[in-house]
Amino acid sequence: MNKYPTWLNALVFAILLAGCLFALPNIYGSVEAVQVADNDGIAYDERRLEEFVRVVEAAGIEPEAAYLQDGRVVIRFHSTADQELAGERLREQYLREANVATTLAPKLPAWVRDLGLHPMSLGLDLRGGVYVLLEVDMKTAIDSRLAGYEQDFDDRLREAKIRHRLDLDDQSVLVRLTGPEDLDAARTVIQRADPDLIVTDGADGKSLTVRMSEAQIRERQNFAIEQNLTTLRNRVNQLGVAEPLVQRQGVDRIVVQLPGVQDPNQLNKILTATATLEFRLVDTTGDEPGSRRYPGRGNEAAQVLKRQVIASGDQIIDAKAGFSQGQPAVFITLDSAAGERMLQTTMNNLNKPMSSIFIETRRETVMRDGVPEQRTVKIEEVINTATIRGVFKNNFQITGLTPMEAHDLALLLRAGALAAPVYKIDERTIGPSLGQDNIDRGFNAIKIGFLAVIVFMLFYYRAFGLIANVALFSNLVFIVAMLSILQASLTLPGIAGIVLTVGMAVDANVLIFERIREELAAGTSPQNAINAGYEKALSSITDANVTTLIAAIVLFAIGTGPIKGFAITLMLGIITSMFTAIVGTRTIVNIVFGGRKLSSVPI
Amino acid sequence: MRLIKEKTSIDFLSPVRRRIAISISIILVVVSLISLATRGLEFGIDFTGGVLLEVGYEGPADLEAIRANLAAAGFEDAQVQRFGQPNDVLVRLPPQGTSEAAEVREHLQATLEANGQKIDLRRVEFVSAQVGAELAERGALAMVIALMLIFLYVMLRFQWKFSLGAVAALVHDAIVTVGFFSIFNLPFDLTVVAALLAVIGYSLNDTVVAFDRIRENFFLLRGVSAEESMNISINEMLARTLITGLTTLLVLIALLALGGESIAPFSIALIVGIVVGTYSSIYTASATALVLNVNAQDLIEPVKDSSLIDDLP
Repeated sequence: MNKYPTWLNALVFAILLAGCLFALPNIYGSVEAVQVADNDGIAYDERRLEEFVRVVEAAGIEPEAAYLQDGRVVIRFHSTADQELAGERLREQYLREANVATTLAPKLPAWVRDLGLHPMSLGLDLRGGVYVLLEVDMKTAIDSRLAGYEQDFDDRLREAKIRHRLDLDDQSVLVRLTGPEDLDAARTVIQRADPDLIVTDGADGKSLTVRMSEAQIRERQNFAIEQNLTTLRNRVNQLGVAEPLVQRQGVDRIVVQLPGVQDPNQLNKILTATATLEFRLVDTTGDEPGSRRYPGRGNEAAQVLKRQVIASGDQIIDAKAGFSQGQPAVFITLDSAAGERMLQTTMNNLNKPMSSIFIETRRETVMRDGVPEQRTVKIEEVINTATIRGVFKNNFQITGLTPMEAHDLALLLRAGALAAPVYKIDERTIGPSLGQDNIDRGFNAIKIGFLAVIVFMLFYYRAFGLIANVALFSNLVFIVAMLSILQASLTLPGIAGIVLTVGMAVDANVLIFERIREELAAGTSPQNAINAGYEKALSSITDANVTTLIAAIVLFAIGTGPIKGFAITLMLGIITSMFTAIVGTRTIVNIVFGGRKLSSVPI
Repeated sequence: MRLIKEKTSIDFLSPVRRRIAISISIILVVVSLISLATRGLEFGIDFTGGVLLEVGYEGPADLEAIRANLAAAGFEDAQVQRFGQPNDVLVRLPPQGTSEAAEVREHLQATLEANGQKIDLRRVEFVSAQVGAELAERGALAMVIALMLIFLYVMLRFQWKFSLGAVAALVHDAIVTVGFFSIFNLPFDLTVVAALLAVIGYSLNDTVVAFDRIRENFFLLRGVSAEESMNISINEMLARTLITGLTTLLVLIALLALGGESIAPFSIALIVGIVVGTYSSIYTASATALVLNVNAQDLIEPVKDSSLIDDLP
């Protein structure tokens, strides 16, 4: 009686071993490092790794370790001074190409790294950093699109010689006509501009109300969010922060998390920087008055461009990537004024080249004599030059790109003009000293709480208490292992969740052990009492854990930020404790006491 | 070792004790509600919106001087208090209207450093009133949804009278814990909401374990009144209830003592909740079920998870 088959014993120990392995990366601590990531997300290879290491070594620094991780290069150092100097050198050399971030990297031995193991990731409240919640102004996003339509209608109605007056009114365009006789003609003109628009007759019989359809509004909102996300990501990459997070939250929010950043002012400048786009004719003679030379972005050739701007970014109302005659293309929509100018320009300049210029004003941190210095930089780069093959106005396309480039260019063009302003509604900064304090305090609480429970269990249940303690410790290992596998951020409330789990996890064992005592008191033989204790306590344990799990799941689903961290550790703790307290302790009990004659149970 | 003697037979549910227990519960709930209605809660900026700074000074901070400096700089409505250690200060301001957060922050930092003291800005939070209102709403929603799901689960596993008893106990625990925060003017922030949900989970855990035994005894002890059968069950589970309560309290006291000031409200909420929850799972839950005249007939078709037990060799 009370014997597990060998395979089950082996399985339990295998699971325990796996838990230890996954929890292992957390014992090494971390060390100063520099992380180099390509700006366009291209993965680095061994060759580039060696190149970066040579740059570091040329500065007289001996790296502690250097390796590739998820396509990024990580170089670890022996001291902060080494780290800073190396970071400076790399930044000088690869400013345009890469995001060079000074950070802390886990001090994992190569074999642990090669197994793809990671330590737990720490939340901002434990590692310090800035958290910003931005709200995208959706009403303005819709209004600006409607303003574009208004211009367009004005143009088209005038062309069709229909007398009209246009007004923007509560997320719609109001078209007033002189009399009911123009209604049908006006409706046709508007529907031709965009057949998806919803056009309804006004109550006075001589006006039309034009609204965007639900799908169009949703599309416009998604466009606004996506554009802002792209712009913000690009900007955040310039900050030199390791593992920045820019993420959509809900319908109209963007979360920006920057671990290690201490000065949110630096972030504010980045978030409020403006970007725009211009179209100019290429000055083929190169000596027209006012012409200027513009550098090319990436592999794009530099160009000498004329002074006159044909259209600028704030006149672009949309940009989409797609295909034109089988070729990847970017479709640009201009407002009517710019469209008119584009029409005139293209008519007069057939077969001549025209360039698109990307313009951005932003704050850059420049290292001067080892001192970081902030300055505002206006960047103007040619992103595309194409020959004018035909006459066009509002809508045109840029070709000669790969599909990926077209996609990126469309995003960049959209990023040029903000589709909607963003407002900051939540900002939290946690200093590094507080983060470290939180870690120290949290782990102290775990240690002392764990010790108190262990001592109590040992005195109260003797040998069985010792077994429960082994289970409790394995439970901690499993929680850490699961957090490391899931890469869910550990927060201070998360640590509190672990502490709580330590107190509650013994409950299952208390239920079992009390039941065994009851059975023994009722005169059941030792082996039968052990078996009955485990079996009869099971339904109570399951019920008790499921109910707590319900509360934890609700908390996870509805909670935000650090509260989610608490819910995660609580959920993990409940699940792992079920395993360790029931199967884990039973395995040990069976090995120690099972299958032999017992005169008493040390409980 | 044993905390209590092997076999207790305390008459927890005698009519007199039941009445006393119900009176105590009602008094606790009423006092809590009155305090909540008149004094309200000391909501943290998570819920109200506003600005919060945790500042570390190099030496013990002079709160009066800091208050005076802030008032002179135009922050008349700043609340300044010590935070844990004598060197640490917590400054709280209502939402700062349209001012740019960066400006407010710089202005505040300059003001706090006014007397030539160097400060360590340990934590700065700007929360808009809008986000605060949303977080409060979500917290309340989480409580309601959790209670509803728990009611359903207990109904499925037991029966509606037990379900009502369990939820009555949980609502009782939540109200008394929140009432405690109101009476003692403790800061009520997001982590307290998380703690309340954990209390609900814990207290329910206790209640369900007691119900489980009650159900078992309803079938085992035929011919015994419901009251007596419940009494026996509670006595049988008393050791377990107290031991689990004790180990959980042990770790929470460690967390309160060592976890630092920012996690203290969370620890207090859990400690209060677990003490109240242990009491309520003995009294409120069972007493409510008794008031509803629960009996063995109600459980004639118990949903026994025999499959679960068969899984173990």
